[in-house]
Amino acid sequence: MKYMLLIYGNEAGVQNMPKAEVDQMLAAYGAYTEAINKAGVCVGSNRLQRTSATTTVRTANGKTSVLNGPYAEVKEQLGGYYMIDVPDLDAALAWAARCPGASHGAVEVRPIWEM
Amino acid sequence: MPREDDQCAHAAAEQVARRSYGKLVAFLAARTGDVAGAEDALSEAFAAALADWPAGGVPDCPEAWLMAVARRRSIDAVRRRQSGEAAAPRLQMMAEELEATAARETDIPDDRLRLMFACAHPAIEPLIRAPLILQTTLGFDAASIASAFLVSPATMGQRLVRAKSKIRRAGIPFRVPERADLAERLDAVLEAIYATFAEGWSDPAGTEVRRRDLAQEGIWLGRLVASLLPDEAEALGLLSLMLHADARRAARRDATGEYVPLADQDPALWDSRSIDDAEALLLRASTFGRIGRYQLEAAVQSAHVVRRRTGRADWAAIERLYEALAAMTESPVVAINRAVAVAETRGAEAGLAVLDALQDDSRLADYQPYWAARAVLLGRTGAMEAADQAYARAIGLEADPAVRRFLQQRRQELRNR
Repeated sequence: MKYMLLIYGNEAGVQNMPKAEVDQMLAAYGAYTEAINKAGVCVGSNRLQRTSATTTVRTANGKTSVLNGPYAEVKEQLGGYYMIDVPDLDAALAWAARCPGASHGAVEVRPIWEM
Repeated sequence: MPREDDQCAHAAAEQVARRSYGKLVAFLAARTGDVAGAEDALSEAFAAALADWPAGGVPDCPEAWLMAVARRRSIDAVRRRQSGEAAAPRLQMMAEELEATAARETDIPDDRLRLMFACAHPAIEPLIRAPLILQTTLGFDAASIASAFLVSPATMGQRLVRAKSKIRRAGIPFRVPERADLAERLDAVLEAIYATFAEGWSDPAGTEVRRRDLAQEGIWLGRLVASLLPDEAEALGLLSLMLHADARRAARRDATGEYVPLADQDPALWDSRSIDDAEALLLRASTFGRIGRYQLEAAVQSAHVVRRRTGRADWAAIERLYEALAAMTESPVVAINRAVAVAETRGAEAGLAVLDALQDDSRLADYQPYWAARAVLLGRTGAMEAADQAYARAIGLEADPAVRRFLQQRRQELRNR
């Protein structure tokens, strides 16, 4: 089954982190990405730009509105994802637990709707 | 003699249903990942049996017959649901596996433990785990479960449907977890079983048949887990605990149906066979050297039934056991029980001091046993006014009329002193 590991964290918190800590976090992500790729379970992954770079589009009654900023203002923002293909939820949870994002914020494990 | 055949078919189907319902659901669900689908397929198979067997006779192996029908229905259901979705490989695999198993099938493997682990998975909401196990392994309908857990049938039905859908959509595995995860996951299974037992136990008079049955079902599930995981100390500990409690069922009420607290119970009314079983299980559990809350609670029961031989419960042991439990669980309920034990070993004042230390816990404001324990200990120290007030709180918080009457009587006795 395919799952999205959606990484949520406090953007502002990361921005205010000392450089050494940021480097350490990025190194951890690097190692994790390598491990998940080498294990042959990763379908795709990306880090997302900050929500300040986000634009939200909505069309209602034939009228399209374009708004600066994310869809919802929340304390922890979606910062990246890994899409993995593993046998079951337990395997997905094991990968989520290893993700550095799990210790900085939270990782949401969401099954893909297979078409 | 169509009527007789009819009855025979009914009886055979019912017997199979009762004995193997959970086994058949578990077998199908473990292979399709679809609990609701497995239940539907089985109910269709039972209906087909009732239609076929009166005419064609009951097959030699009714379980395998039902499984063959349910298997076909199950594959149909997956096909229907996934038509248009690119699920062909999975469907093919599933069909092949089901066929292969069925080919050598006279003995359907017992996957109930795997089913229970799926139902008690951490991704399933904790409160629905016990109801889910009751429904899937024992075939209870939502209405009976709802009444046992004091929830409306509609709500319970919805929650069960949601949980089954979560198992399927989230890909929750039907598997006994690896060693590293086993203890924690098993804990959730045992907790669900204990919740089942406790729901049944909370009707001390056994007046509601449904609830009394729930205690028996809890024991049955406990036996199943203990037999499938004979080296898991806590599984044995839980079964021991339930058997100990159940052994005293008859002693909890007097001839007129009035409540009898443990301290006043007649040990001759305790079921000594159950107690012996419980003691043997606890002894076996202790050989693994992995202590846990169920073993400790069973050991408390064991220290109580010592009264059978010595005439007095081993309060010193009970105090030590509750101390260990308190360190493990930080539960206020455990702390109250420890206070009661302390009052026995070191006097009412010392027991009250333990209770006083709990005063700030807001959970106790509406917890009857806290106020009942306070009332008793205050009464012993001669603080009549405070004891009277504590009795009032306890009485106001009690839902069981028999226990309420008991508390009222104690309060009256105190006033008459």
